[in-house]
Amino acid sequence: MEKIYLAIAFTPLIGAIIAGFWGAQIGRAGAHWVTSVGVGISAFLSIIVLLGFITGHREAFNGSVYIWMISDGITFEVGFLVDTLTAMMMAVVTFVSFCVHIYTIGYMAHDEENWPTGSKAGTNSYQRFFSYISLFTFSMLLLVMSNNFLQLFFGWEAVGLVSYLLIGFWSNRETAIFANMKAFLVNRVGDFGFLLGIAAVAMYFNTVDYAEVFAKAPELANTQIQIWGDTSWSLMTVICILLFVGAMGKSAQVPLHVWLPDSMEGPTPISALIHAATMVTAGIFMVARMSPLYELSETALSFILIIGATTAFFTGLIGLVQNDIKRVVAYSTLSQLGYMTVALGASAYAAGIFHLMTHAFFKALLFLAAGSVIIAMHHEQDMRKMGGLKKYMPITYWTSLIGSLALIGLPGFSGFFSKDSIIEAVHHSQIPGAGYAYLMVILGVFITALYSFRMFFMVFHGEERMDEHTKQHLHESPRVVTVPLIMLAIPSVLIGGMTVSGVVFGDWFKDVIYVAPAHDVLKEIGFHSTIGFFFHGLFALPTLLAAAGVGVAYMIYMKNPEIADKIKSAASPLYTLLDKKYFVDELYQAVFAGGSRWLGKVFWKVGDQALIDGLIVNGSARSVGFLAGVIRQIQTGYLYHYAFAMILGLLLLLALFVN
Amino acid sequence: MTPEKILFYVFATILVLSATMVITRRDPVHSALFLVLAFFTSAILWMLLEAEFLAIVLVLVYVGAVMVLFLFVVMMLDTNKAAMRAGFVKMMPVGLIVAGVMAFEMFLIVGPQYFGLDKFAMPAPHPADYSNTEELGRVLYTVYMYPVEIAAVILLVGIIAAIGLTMRKRPDNKSLDPSEQVKVTKGPDRIRVVKMASEIKQEAK
Amino acid sequence: MIALSDYLMLGAILFSLSIAGIFLNRKNIIIILMCVELMLLAVNMNFIAFSRFLDDSAGQVFVFFILTVAAAEAAIGLAILIVVFRNRRTINVADLDTLKG
Repeated sequence: MEKIYLAIAFTPLIGAIIAGFWGAQIGRAGAHWVTSVGVGISAFLSIIVLLGFITGHREAFNGSVYIWMISDGITFEVGFLVDTLTAMMMAVVTFVSFCVHIYTIGYMAHDEENWPTGSKAGTNSYQRFFSYISLFTFSMLLLVMSNNFLQLFFGWEAVGLVSYLLIGFWSNRETAIFANMKAFLVNRVGDFGFLLGIAAVAMYFNTVDYAEVFAKAPELANTQIQIWGDTSWSLMTVICILLFVGAMGKSAQVPLHVWLPDSMEGPTPISALIHAATMVTAGIFMVARMSPLYELSETALSFILIIGATTAFFTGLIGLVQNDIKRVVAYSTLSQLGYMTVALGASAYAAGIFHLMTHAFFKALLFLAAGSVIIAMHHEQDMRKMGGLKKYMPITYWTSLIGSLALIGLPGFSGFFSKDSIIEAVHHSQIPGAGYAYLMVILGVFITALYSFRMFFMVFHGEERMDEHTKQHLHESPRVVTVPLIMLAIPSVLIGGMTVSGVVFGDWFKDVIYVAPAHDVLKEIGFHSTIGFFFHGLFALPTLLAAAGVGVAYMIYMKNPEIADKIKSAASPLYTLLDKKYFVDELYQAVFAGGSRWLGKVFWKVGDQALIDGLIVNGSARSVGFLAGVIRQIQTGYLYHYAFAMILGLLLLLALFVN
Repeated sequence: MTPEKILFYVFATILVLSATMVITRRDPVHSALFLVLAFFTSAILWMLLEAEFLAIVLVLVYVGAVMVLFLFVVMMLDTNKAAMRAGFVKMMPVGLIVAGVMAFEMFLIVGPQYFGLDKFAMPAPHPADYSNTEELGRVLYTVYMYPVEIAAVILLVGIIAAIGLTMRKRPDNKSLDPSEQVKVTKGPDRIRVVKMASEIKQEAK
Repeated sequence: MIALSDYLMLGAILFSLSIAGIFLNRKNIIIILMCVELMLLAVNMNFIAFSRFLDDSAGQVFVFFILTVAAAEAAIGLAILIVVFRNRRTINVADLDTLKG
């Protein structure tokens, strides 16, 4: 039983090691074969595991593989917890990863910055790229399969590391380096909270094992702790919010969302795999996994709900004004991550995970389609220079249409089921902030439709705005690119309807996710059947808003393109605000980056140069020199002065004896 | 007033007086000679204390060797006596005050209230056949064996140091320097090739 | 009977006199050396007195070693004096200040 899990996790690692260390020996083809086959095996086995859970003949597994150390009663180990939630994540991660591996073969094939000789990204960078994405798959699998906080943290940091390496893969681009530094640093902020959360768990639970922590959690539900001063804090709220800070970093929630759009500097397959489908959902997964803790703290849930709702709506708005095709998809990802977070905050963990899964498929699909367009456009990403690509790239056109429809939640598509169940869940939620969240997510639907189809129309319809040279070379992408698109398009359509009854409203997560009876919003929705849910959603507000969004997009970008300019000039401050992404980047740059630089300069000038160098190092030397200068006056060199000093000393010594 | 007491006070007075002369004489030769007197009287006082061996040693070593050495040096060195005496009067009050304070403090410490006869009675005199030298020798060559050897080494070091410090290179030294000898090179240091016109033997006529 | 304190006070007087001697003849290094000898004599006087009154020959052994070391010291001290005089043509302490800081 254990062996299959070991194989799933470690096959990608073997591929990564071979491609990474012996890339020069096995060559380009060898590298993409070894990693793709490794991840393929992993994906195949994951699906077997998932099918085992679906058919019901596989039991949840929770066991230790290797005990690293035991310190002060806390066991640190490598262990696997494989249940329905993990199985689902494993299948999604390995499947998307497998598609991306295949896609990368086509995408990176003609990347001029990536040739083995004279590569600007270093020698054998093609092999290294494959090594990285396989390593990412391994790290992500360790993260989701973990049965303890330590391994979770290991996976958490490892995916962050690979993300950093891959965003900056084109290391000759200054923007890429800036972006990967930014991603890494912003994630550090989140990870700091996450680490504090884990430390708090270890401190108060005296264990880092999930099962033990969850078993002990109800006992500590009402514990109050003092962090500073006399203010009492609920232990659970503190732990949950700290852990969620980690999730905010990894899953790019406001205000730690700034790194995700910039991460689009990396190659597109990475954007699809790491920054849309899998890594950024680690935070969502983590919160769902910790549901027994989060259910004990309504404050934390409310916090999550508000953060998620804010992210869902306001980042979607930014997507409206972006012109870079990948950035539009990136802001869409942010917005959808917000939806998932809202689901978590409303205690509809199942809906959140469900949306995570459907989103993984259609967002990976959209990214890969965008990548396909980018290949065809010779790495041009500006949508204002595209248009009318429909007749050149039919497969890309149809698959991205499917992806967009799934994203906006057209009834019947997978996005419809997941997003509608989230909206319904929020509608029924009683947690403080639910009203605000409901408003945000329902408006978000309209925005989602608007920006998705704005992008769609700008890219595939309308007049052809590209230059002549590009136009002559326009053609459909090679099969290694289109096959993954088709592979992802199928679940984008079907997976929602197929699984919604089981995953969200059934007992798929019965023993995995714990929801307090008072919070169980999914039960209140009153779900009867998939068909019923479909028809109920067909004429409901979200669908109508989505349709309106598509309609508005059609009006503006197909019929009257000048309307867009008019709106732009009419609402110029609003446009500037959105175009500058609410000035968050500028704020962080000025306050945190500038502040750090200022602080560093203070420490450098005052702390190091003045205090340490000036006062302590040179100061002590100078004071010794000064004192020596004074004392050397005493040293006259005359024998009788020394004798006199000795005699004086003798006198004093004698005085001691006299009593 | 026992005879011992008379002897003690007489010689103690001579000792103090001669010590005073040592520090006040203008001529170092006089000082040295008064120092000899001080040593002699000390030796007599040590006799009173039944330390006969050390009393003899003091006379032999100090008076016979060290003080003669002092006298040699004093007479050998051509010193400016006036410059040496500079500040003698000026320093007199300070020196007397310091010495007085010190003597006073020491009297307080070693005075009769702590070391009087009632505290430390005079032990009975040793019998006539008692040999202080034998007693001291027995202790020195058994218990203090190693210190005696170390003292011997110190004396040796003193001899070598004194010789090493004062020895000068004598220009008329006829000794050989082996290190100079081995430095010679084969050619010009050993043979000298003399160029001269060849002489043709005249045939006898 | 002569008390121990008498000998000790005699030693104290000798010691104080030699200190006064160092003060008075502070320019003349030969006299200073003689005063040092006088100090040692005072110390020896104490040792021998204690040795007698405590009936312990260790005090005499000490004096023996002090005499040894003092002889060596006098020899080396005078040798240094001669070398100094040879190099500087003076033994005036006021002129010997190369140790000055």
